[in-house]
Order: sequence, then C-alpha cells, then structure tokens
Amino acid sequence: MSVRAITPDYKVQARDRVENFHGNQIVYVAWDRHLMFCAPFAYALPPTMTFAELRDQVMPEAFGLHEEFAIINWEKATWLLDNQSFTPDLNQSLQAQGVGHKSVLRFQTPELTGFQGKAV
Amino acid sequence: MSAKKLNLKDKYRLLTRDLDWEYSYVDRKKAFPYEEFEGIKITDWSKWEDPFRLTMDAYWKYQAEKEKKLYAIFDAFAQNNGHLNVTDARYVNAIKIFLTGVSPLEYQAYQGYAHVGRQFGGAGARVACQMQSIDELRHVQTQIHAMSHYNKYFDGFQDWTHMHDRVWYLSVPKSFFDDARSAGPFEFLIAISFSFEYVLTNLLFVPFMSGAAHNGDMATCTFGFSAQSDEARHMTLGLEIIKFLLEQHEDNVPIVQKWIDKWFWRGTRLLSIVAMMMDYMLPNKVMSWKEAWEVYFEEAGGALFKDLARYGIRMPKFVEVTEKEKEHVSHQAWWIFYNYGHAAGFHTWIPSDEELDWLSEKYPDTFDKYYRPRWELAKKMEAEGKRFYSQALPQLCTTCQIPMGFTEMDDPTQIAYRSSDYEGEKYHFCSDGCKHIFDEEPEKYVQSWLPVHQIYQGNCGGASVEEVLRDYYKLNLGADNLDIKGSPDEQRWKEWKGVA
Repeated sequence: MSVRAITPDYKVQARDRVENFHGNQIVYVAWDRHLMFCAPFAYALPPTMTFAELRDQVMPEAFGLHEEFAIINWEKATWLLDNQSFTPDLNQSLQAQGVGHKSVLRFQTPELTGFQGKAV
Repeated sequence: MSAKKLNLKDKYRLLTRDLDWEYSYVDRKKAFPYEEFEGIKITDWSKWEDPFRLTMDAYWKYQAEKEKKLYAIFDAFAQNNGHLNVTDARYVNAIKIFLTGVSPLEYQAYQGYAHVGRQFGGAGARVACQMQSIDELRHVQTQIHAMSHYNKYFDGFQDWTHMHDRVWYLSVPKSFFDDARSAGPFEFLIAISFSFEYVLTNLLFVPFMSGAAHNGDMATCTFGFSAQSDEARHMTLGLEIIKFLLEQHEDNVPIVQKWIDKWFWRGTRLLSIVAMMMDYMLPNKVMSWKEAWEVYFEEAGGALFKDLARYGIRMPKFVEVTEKEKEHVSHQAWWIFYNYGHAAGFHTWIPSDEELDWLSEKYPDTFDKYYRPRWELAKKMEAEGKRFYSQALPQLCTTCQIPMGFTEMDDPTQIAYRSSDYEGEKYHFCSDGCKHIFDEEPEKYVQSWLPVHQIYQGNCGGASVEEVLRDYYKLNLGADNLDIKGSPDEQRWKEWKGVA
C-alpha cells in the first residue's frame, strides 16, 4: 500500500539512510532472555569493524552490567542475524559477513538463564 | 431605535450555518483543496448534525464562568502551599510527564482543529472544529497555570515545550500528533475526535484526574473537572464525524475502518505511558491499568463497536492483542524508564514492598512470574550500591518510537521483533500493529525522526550522551533525572515534612 498524499507522486527520502551516519552503520544487538536490558541496544559502528571488536570491545560496556556476561562461553553461544541462524567470523568485518545497516544481531546462551533463572 | 432581539434558534442559525455563503468567483474545490484527496465522498453537507449546539457568545459566557472558578482555586492552592498536600514527592513525577507529554498535545490539537476548521466544505463541521480548537487552547493554558505552582518547588518543569520537541521519549506523543496533523482533515477527525477523544480519552483523563484526587493534587484535579464539560462536547464531535462519514457513502466505510485500525493501535501504544503512571507512579493507586482497560475500553468500547456494526464497522484490528497486553504493558514500560532513568526528565524508582504486593495481587497471572524478578534484581543491585542505568542507547520502533521493550504476548520473556524492507532499507517494529501501520503508508514513516538515530547522525549536538542530555535536551543533570532516591526533590520534600 502507499500513502494517499495531496501532492501527486509524493516522493521522500528515507531519513535514516546509511550515508547520513558519517561512515557508520546502525547495528542492533540483543541478548535473548536477559530482560535486565529492557530493549536491544543500538550502536553506530564502522562497517569495517571486526566481529571480535564488536563483541569484546563495544558490547561489554552495556552488557557487562549483567553478572552472567563475564561467564558466557562464546563457543556455545548461538547467534541470529536478521532472524536467520548465523555463525560469526571473529576476524572478518561486519560488512564482509553480511551485518548491514540496521541489521539485528541476537545471541542466545541457553545455559545462562538470567537472574533467578527468570530470563532477567 | 433598539435592535430586535433574536430568539435562540435564529441566533444559532445565524452564528453557525449562516456563516457559509455561495462562492461566485472561486471554484469550491479550490476553496477546499483538502476535501477530496483522502477518497472520502461527501454527498450532502447539510446532513451534518451540529454536535455542540452552542453559539460563540454563549460559549464565551459559559467558559468565562468556569475560568473564574478555576483560577480562584488555583490561587487558593498556591496561597495554601498546596504542593505540600500531595501524597509524596514521587507523585509529582506523573505531573511532569503530563506537562511535557500531554499538555503540548493540547496545543497540537488546538493547531490541528484550527487547520481542519478551515478545510471542511460544510459550515457545521467548520464551526465545531473551530470551537474545539479554542477549547484545546484553553486546556493547554489552564494546565500550564495549574502546574506552574509545582515548578517553584520541584525539578523538571522548567523547559517543557523545549523538551517536548527534543527529548527521546517525548517523540512518542509528539510523533503521534504530527502523524494525525499531517494526514487529511477527515483522517484527523477520525484519529483525534473519534479514536482518541471518543474511544480512548477516558483512559487518559480518568486515570490522571482521579490519580490527582487520590493523591491530594487539588490543582490538577480542578483543571480536569473544568475541562470535563469540554471533553464531553469533543466526544459528541467524535461520534458525529463517524456517523456522518458512514452515512454519506458506503465507499467511506473501508477507509474509515482503516483509520480506526491505525489510530486505535497508535492510541494504545501512546497510552502505555498512562499504564505505567497508574501502576507505578501514583503513591495512592486508583485502580490497576488492567482494570482501567477492562472498564473503559473492553466494556464501554465493546458497546460502541456493537452500535457501529450496522454500518459495517468491526472492532479495530489487533484488539485481541490488547486483551493480552493489558497484563504486561505497564510493567514493560516502567522498566524501560527505570533502565534509562539517567536520560529522563523525571525521577524513577523501585516499587516499595507493599507496591510489589499490590502488583502481584492485581496481576496474579503475570507479575510474580515475569516482572517481580526484574525488581528483585534492581533491589539487589541498589542494595549493593549499584543502581544500574543502561549504558547504550535502545533500539526504537519505527512507528510508535517507543524502545523495543514489548515482548511476544504468548512468550513474555522474548522481545517481539517485526521488520519490513522498503526501497532497500530495513525498518523495525515492536508489534504487528506498528508494522501494519508502516506497511500501509511507508512513505510517511520512513521519515520518522527517531531520537536514537538522530543522536547518531549528529543532529542533537555533542558527541556524548551527557552532552545531548544537558545541551540539546536542556535537562539539569543530577536534578531532573536519575532515581528519586538522593534527588534534590526528595531532599526538599523530607525537609518540608520534617523527616530525616
């Protein structure tokens, strides 16, 4: 469907195109079933950043507030990229492995069940 | 020679319908350029029944009387230090949300009705909208005056218009009204007069006004009463516009249904802030959000939609989702603000033990299972001296602009993710309702001014979050924001009350 506009051929540019972010792209990251964090985090990241840099340098500041974050076994953690199962390559850039502008990255740690085992 | 005195009926005709005239040198379509593009078909404007039955001079007299009484009470409230009679300093934070989030919408309504009050071809509809426009201006003024007293004694009231235009969570109410005002005039009336003022307004006004009454806030309570007779008139406009459009042409039915679907969902998302106010912010509770939803939407709204069925109108889309959401939405919303309490223009806190028990009692199926553990964690961390605030910005829903904190209703520990692709870009939503609204009119929502993305685009000043909050939002950091515990608001309150 499209909007009914009073202007014929109403055309606009999307406000959040990647070129508006000064060389960065937006990537959303969430830890499933850990609702201490009320919502996924939004990061502005260089597309050339490696997955290791994202995981080990960017994510700890916010996710590290959860006491389970330090004990995650990353070998066992699983990931979803835009709702598809995904195996990150730590040494490759985000761009090179398909983590694009406004992609959603979610990770699951089934052995860590959150505060009181209640997904918090 | 004395002028002949008009009887009421003549006066009414002269001052409403008779304000119209035949156009001799301008094409009527050019005089009313907004009337057709939405696809609405009007065959006979004379069928419009004026909802207010009020002439301007009577209106003026009536409102002036109310105003006199209202301001007498405001004066008494100020002279008697009325702010000391509220239940607790926590209560005032609900009023901060009202001033920054709701009062500016009254101003937007004033502008919106002034605009459509020019655009309808029918004089009756124009006059009704113009009168409502003046009402809305009165409401914003009386609200400012009622709350100005609190500005002398509490933080967070000082820059509310500025905050409304810029602060992240206030983009939720602001974009709601921007959406309505950038629609055509008929959609505006279905959005605001019908879906909001008629179907959902009781869920905004009753909680705030009875919340005020239950918590000793005479000023807010009084403007609420003073606005009530206006609101009753506004509801009749809401009902008239829907009946009029549905009776004018059968082709209007699907268009109107689409707008009801959209604005019902937009409204429920907007009301999530009222939900958390009722369940978490009022020291003396009125009723739970769930109870309010059942009384004011499920019962009252259910009867209304039964009446509308004969026109071929059904219940709004996604109404079945709201039946489940009433168990969750207030808890999820307050948790968002607790997480981001460092970035809010009001204070947040952990519910007291009695309040946690009240929530368990009101929400027996969900609170202990899903939400008490969140507060237990917050309590534990606070006790360890580690009251936590989220250290990264949240992802927002493209349509309602609320952080993506709502969960799947059938799996309440899983955040709900919805997305659409449009012209090569990804868009994310908190719910099927918000995704549906986007998919119907993507051209509109690809322009969403999402505060988090705007910060990252460098459009909100400074490089750090602190600079954005201090310089762009104009929050007094350390006073307006953070937990109520240890805040200047709390310290002053304790001094006034003589408690250590």
